[in-house]
Amino acid sequence: MAAGGGSGVPPDRSGPADAPDSPRIGVDEWVASVEGKRERYTGLRGRLTREWDHLPPPARVLVFAIPAAIFPLVTTEGNLFRYGLFTLIYALLALGLNIVVGFAGLLDLGYIAFFGCGAYLYAILASPQFGYHWQAEAAIPVIVLGTAIVGLLVGLPSRRLFGDYLAILTLFFGQAFVIFVNNANRISFPFVGHTDLTGGSNGIANIDPFNFFGYKITTTRQQYYFLLIGVSVFLVLLMFVNDSRTGRAWRALREDPLAAEVMSIPVNRLKLLAFVCGAAAAGFTGAIYGTIATAALPGDYDVGLLITIYAIMILGGFGSIMGIVVGAIIVSSVPELLRSSANARPLFYGAILLALLVKIRPWRLLAAELGGLVAFGFVVHAIAEAAYPRLVDGKALGSGTVAHALDHWMLLPQHPVKIADFAYISLIAAVVVYPQLSRLWRALLLAPLLYLVMFVWENLLLVQIGGATRLVLLGALLVALMNVRPQGLFGTATVEIV
Amino acid sequence: MNWSLFFDLTVSGLTLGSLYALIALGYSMVYGILKLLNFAHGDVYMIGAFVGWYTLHALGGPLNPTISGAAVLFVMFIVSMLGCGVLGVAIERFAYRPLRNAPRIAPLISALGVSIFLQNSALLIFGASFRDYDTFDLIGVKTFSVGQLFFSVTQLLTVVVAVLLMVALTIFVARSRLGKAMRSTSFDREAASMMGIDVDRVIAVTFFIGSALAGAAGVMFGLVFGQIYHYMGFIAGLKGFTAAVLGGIGSIPGAMVGGLIVGLAESYATGYLPQGSTFQNLYVFALLIAVILIRPSGLFGTAAIQKV
Repeated sequence: MAAGGGSGVPPDRSGPADAPDSPRIGVDEWVASVEGKRERYTGLRGRLTREWDHLPPPARVLVFAIPAAIFPLVTTEGNLFRYGLFTLIYALLALGLNIVVGFAGLLDLGYIAFFGCGAYLYAILASPQFGYHWQAEAAIPVIVLGTAIVGLLVGLPSRRLFGDYLAILTLFFGQAFVIFVNNANRISFPFVGHTDLTGGSNGIANIDPFNFFGYKITTTRQQYYFLLIGVSVFLVLLMFVNDSRTGRAWRALREDPLAAEVMSIPVNRLKLLAFVCGAAAAGFTGAIYGTIATAALPGDYDVGLLITIYAIMILGGFGSIMGIVVGAIIVSSVPELLRSSANARPLFYGAILLALLVKIRPWRLLAAELGGLVAFGFVVHAIAEAAYPRLVDGKALGSGTVAHALDHWMLLPQHPVKIADFAYISLIAAVVVYPQLSRLWRALLLAPLLYLVMFVWENLLLVQIGGATRLVLLGALLVALMNVRPQGLFGTATVEIV
Repeated sequence: MNWSLFFDLTVSGLTLGSLYALIALGYSMVYGILKLLNFAHGDVYMIGAFVGWYTLHALGGPLNPTISGAAVLFVMFIVSMLGCGVLGVAIERFAYRPLRNAPRIAPLISALGVSIFLQNSALLIFGASFRDYDTFDLIGVKTFSVGQLFFSVTQLLTVVVAVLLMVALTIFVARSRLGKAMRSTSFDREAASMMGIDVDRVIAVTFFIGSALAGAAGVMFGLVFGQIYHYMGFIAGLKGFTAAVLGGIGSIPGAMVGGLIVGLAESYATGYLPQGSTFQNLYVFALLIAVILIRPSGLFGTAAIQKV
């Protein structure tokens, strides 16, 4: 079904919905795949792809694992915790999810609950909550088995359901999990009586570090290497599974369940297997997360994380294993970089400039637009200074030449709350209306629109950079990516046959 | 059996149910036409509640409104419905229309993106604190009684407005030209477009109506429960979807009946089942799972025949 790995869909959002390039309707599948292969294997890029495809899986993993192993040697403990650990945890989670969604094509929106199950199980088995302090070599198999059984139970309905119904059912399971752990300290169980199983909204604190036969994994560095080994082993396993009989059967199931069933593939068993494998991987990751966070809190296992993990998988491309690792690196490190305004500002403006470079041709038009933007800013600033001095009495966040230059160019009120909210809503409206305009108007109004974007950024988004902004940007990014490239960065477009 | 408790639960169940029915209608209509699960619908409902709140305060607030209380309510409903309708059309235009021929998972992801975008935009603009509708100051605390059923004014208003909207929708879909076009588009989109129906326009209208109903539901929520917050759309969206599935997704009367059943079930679960006030959502989800497993096409739905 794969064709044109690198070619992709040109980013034309304003075109009609069924432009001739979106899925390639009407091309014979075999012809398309040959065409795609030919296209893929030309030039320098093609050679690299070919070399990459011929590497054995362990060698491919080394390409990722060696730089990752060097990373702790060149960075501080704090950076390792912020960038390294979370990237690896996200990668492990997304790889597990990839088995269910990417390989088998079952939309599982309750995946984070398995992650939470793992963390809570470890917290119960190794913390002062019940006084158990299990060794890791005993606890991990129990946890993996336990979450796998939960996965089996949740997966059972998948034999009858498909598509959206399965999605909604698993989403409910995820919600039910959060409600349960939030309130399980208040209910009494049959036979046992009243027990505080999960600590309610306070969670379970003081979780033990992993203890393998007396060797404790306590420092960030040890945890990092433990995770790295886990991710690498998992990657190799997945690559072998991908090429195995089961892997091919899963792909067949994803592409067309009915045809797969007709070809005597045991569809139900494969669906359950995918659920169980995904759940086990999530449970394992959850146990690791439990030791790293040293606490299991119900808020950690909510929809926010689910969307982050989906964003990783989508960014990487469904079913593409190394793509997911790249996606995990991008999604976990970009928001961390965005945390300080010193990093966030260049990233944001850089992204806008890049988008303009890609979208606007010829060069002269782009230069004119940017010049117009600068002039527009000075004019607006001058008018505001003369007429409404309250609009310019503030200062840009941060220090340095850029912030200094912005003071003289951008409207920066000292109390921006109301006007910034208004600007934000008008920005959304403007972005909605803008593509409907004629070419001339679009060219004329681009500079004011960009100025509005920058105004909102400086006065609202940058102020709340630690909170809602990152999720707003993530949401917008998901929508934009689906518009431009529905198959993800490294995924392959499917050919639709009519 | 304690009848007065039963009647109280029934009344609050009916109120909740009419809210859920309005939300479910949006899900169901969109699903019927596009086969798309519009995850952002719950957040449109939340935005509707906030638009209502801002309208209320633009008109002088609940304590000393510039026009009479009934007129304030009317304007709140109208502004919120219009605003949400436009928002729905914009969402469709941006997040779903470009993906109409993409793989099935793409619009779903896009919908998740819109949902998280709306929710956090609300957090950005409205803040994390609760907002009060102060209904009592606006329209007082009168109660009506019909036999043993005790209604408060807001509950009665909610049920009546919901019923009026649903009747209007039913007549619109059954009688008008556009309604006919909607039905045929949902029956077979390609065939409809070959018959000269402007499918894009029909879809836009569907989104407008569905989102407007969600906006009305948002205002009703504010009136009945008093407080609104940026996260309220998620759970309500789930319940609305439950109602739509329960009634048979794609079916308009199904969504109405499904909404009432979900509302009543939640209310009775709160009153009668063990630990009901904590776990009422779990009981509702369990009901949905049972329905999906026993009768996946819902109460009013028809089993889809898959052509090969």
